[in-house]
Amino acid sequence: MDEKLKTELSKQGIFTTSLQELYNWGRTSSIWPLNFGLACCAIEMIATTMARYDLARFGAEVFRPSPRQADLMIVAGTVTKKMAPQVVRLYNQMPEPKYVISMGACAISGGPFKQGYNVLKGIDRYIPVDIYIPGCPPRPEALIDAFMELQKKIDAQQLTGENRPRHLNADEPSEFIVPQFGEHDLEPTRNSSIWEPPLVQIAQTGSDESGSH
Amino acid sequence: MNLEAIKSEIEANVPGCRLELIANPSPSGQHSLLLDAEHASAVALYLRDTPNLRFDFCSNITGIDWPGKEVSQKIKVRKLVDGVEQEVEETRITTIPGSLEVVYHLYSVEKKHGPIVLRMRTKDRDAGVHLPSFTPIWRSAELQEREIFDLFGVLFDGHPDLRRLLMWDEFQDYPMRRDYVDPDDYEYEPTAHDAVLQRARQHLSQANPVQPSEGEAR
Amino acid sequence: MSTATLAAASLNLEPANESGMDQLLEIAMGPQHPSTHGVFRMNVVLDGERVVRLKPVFGYLHRNHEKIAENETYLGSMPYTDRLDYMCPLTNNWAYALAVEKLAGIQVPERAEYLRVITGELTRLQNHTCLIGFLMQDMGASGTPLMYAFRQREIILDLFEALTGARMMCNYMRFGGCRVDLPAGWLDQAKKVVAGFPRFLDEYESLLVSNEILMDRTQDVGVLSKELAISAGISGPMARASGVDYDIRKVDHYSIYDRFAFRVPLGSHGDVYDRFMIRLLEMRESVNILQQAMRDIPEGPIVDPKTKIRGFRPKPGEAYGRIEGPKGELGFYLVSDGSPNPYRYRVRPPSLINLTILEDLCLGRNVADIVVILGSIDIVMGEVDR
Repeated sequence: MDEKLKTELSKQGIFTTSLQELYNWGRTSSIWPLNFGLACCAIEMIATTMARYDLARFGAEVFRPSPRQADLMIVAGTVTKKMAPQVVRLYNQMPEPKYVISMGACAISGGPFKQGYNVLKGIDRYIPVDIYIPGCPPRPEALIDAFMELQKKIDAQQLTGENRPRHLNADEPSEFIVPQFGEHDLEPTRNSSIWEPPLVQIAQTGSDESGSH
Repeated sequence: MNLEAIKSEIEANVPGCRLELIANPSPSGQHSLLLDAEHASAVALYLRDTPNLRFDFCSNITGIDWPGKEVSQKIKVRKLVDGVEQEVEETRITTIPGSLEVVYHLYSVEKKHGPIVLRMRTKDRDAGVHLPSFTPIWRSAELQEREIFDLFGVLFDGHPDLRRLLMWDEFQDYPMRRDYVDPDDYEYEPTAHDAVLQRARQHLSQANPVQPSEGEAR
Repeated sequence: MSTATLAAASLNLEPANESGMDQLLEIAMGPQHPSTHGVFRMNVVLDGERVVRLKPVFGYLHRNHEKIAENETYLGSMPYTDRLDYMCPLTNNWAYALAVEKLAGIQVPERAEYLRVITGELTRLQNHTCLIGFLMQDMGASGTPLMYAFRQREIILDLFEALTGARMMCNYMRFGGCRVDLPAGWLDQAKKVVAGFPRFLDEYESLLVSNEILMDRTQDVGVLSKELAISAGISGPMARASGVDYDIRKVDHYSIYDRFAFRVPLGSHGDVYDRFMIRLLEMRESVNILQQAMRDIPEGPIVDPKTKIRGFRPKPGEAYGRIEGPKGELGFYLVSDGSPNPYRYRVRPPSLINLTILEDLCLGRNVADIVVILGSIDIVMGEVDR
């Protein structure tokens, strides 16, 4: 619809919209996060919902304890290998459309704990992540920023066509493999269909040419 | 409180126990007593129940891994070399067996003194990793001994519920031991250096013999 | 009953009626459960509403802090201590700094000791307020008490941020002192905050202390006897609620706590209500200490000039240092082999050891009480699993 005509009509008290706009508007303004805290970042997540930062202004204050009622999973904190199967299972239990915010350095890459033998080096090895917020832990403002980014992302989603999101495309999977506890590590160590280790240029021979100080 | 005095007091009252005073050279001055496994429970009970000691609060239990060491010594030996007796330097390698050590820090809530530090060592790091459990004496040992079993592999005899505490039950290794090799799942940093670079190289040469040629990397 | 038999009796508990085993319901609470304060799991066996067995499962936040610290320099572990008990980073810093100072024989200047006491007691205030907020949340008072607590916490976090640059992960203490001195005007602001705190406590108390629902839910729930508390190594407010007169600030005479007049509140019943009240009373004492410390703080250096930041290598030896953290006895045990990294680095986690008796407190109670009892123990998973 012509934008000019739309504004002209709205001046006369007639509001026009498309189904897509209405649909996305409804979803952006009522994201229900899963009440799911893992570590330090969870405290900042709670702080975000409290009086000073008041996440309710963004329509997202309804934290649901059950994954069946939630749209958004905020992976707030270090995902350990012992916890990773549960995180994936919770994600699988959430109904579509569902989104994931990877909050903090640990959930993105293992963060300060990435040398640990029991620390998963990023939750994106098992489930697709929509928004990453760096920080250790990210401030509540950063989490609010992530919310607004997510709202923008939802707003731009198309109902039809090639670029339609996963939940409108029956061919795309909505559940992902749950890793099993192995004798030394999780099995598999990653979901190869969504994550592969990035290729990094490393000289095979020669001494430490970089960074030895 | 003099550890020397406590040691002789225990020796007088717990027959047959062998105690060794381990001096601590650091400024903290927290010296410790090495117990033998057979009499450890009797000594612990004595420390807990004797009215002038009353170490009723077992605060902290730590596992330490001391892997076996190979010490090479150069010694001079007389040998026949080409028919002539000569003094030749030879390297002799002696292996010092490793052990797992468990350290207890005891305090007294009643007398408000402490700490007294007890230690016990296992015979080796493979089969002889048995130590008596202190859980029947101090309940606070319950979870901490489970943790040491989990991470170091010390078997506490007499522990009511010796399962892994932190890692999952299927896990096979003892990750806090010094020779533990953790699974090869490092994040490959774009600007790797030092240890990370070393590991990334190792990973690439093991898992992926075909190297991305330089410049192809993204 | 002696402590030994007490401990043994409570460990091997068979279900009340063996024939009724098929009637029992086994549920797993957690690791994703809104009331487990993080990723904690309890395998509970229920007979109707009654708990007949409860086995906690740990390790869902086992971040290998101790292993990482063995490959890190002494100072390099300081930021990791922030993330242990992430509600109270400053007391964690303090305990670690204290252990290293014992190991290397470092003296702390006067002003730095005052700074440590001030930041440590502020940490205790915000920890206890939030704990009470969470406890009320667990009881079903959804929202309001926690909102009040976090409102107050934010004010204290503002102080931390102004001083250290971070809201939560302060990384403030150094071996032999503190990292930065107070910024201009900080002390006046802090005095204002502390002066306003009793008013908040009055308000909190008037809302909660004689609240009938709260009393019904907490009194005579989760009673911990004095003997079991000592035997199980319970420390901090939880032990004092059971009448154990043991406050490391008074017993170890560490830092400069001898200079301040403060009392140690003790409980007599050892139930959840006592644990709740002890924390309220402790906050009043913390306010006392803070007022004295902020009045007396001297000028001077904030770090011992002789300590080396780079190339810090303590002589071989070992040390155990502990402080009275908000959750209990927080200790660090360090073994040095003369290298820049500790040979062994052990955290004595009060949260984990306070959980030893969780099953004993919950047996025979209703499911809803588990949540309240767990809330009153005050755990933070970062510290439980490390």
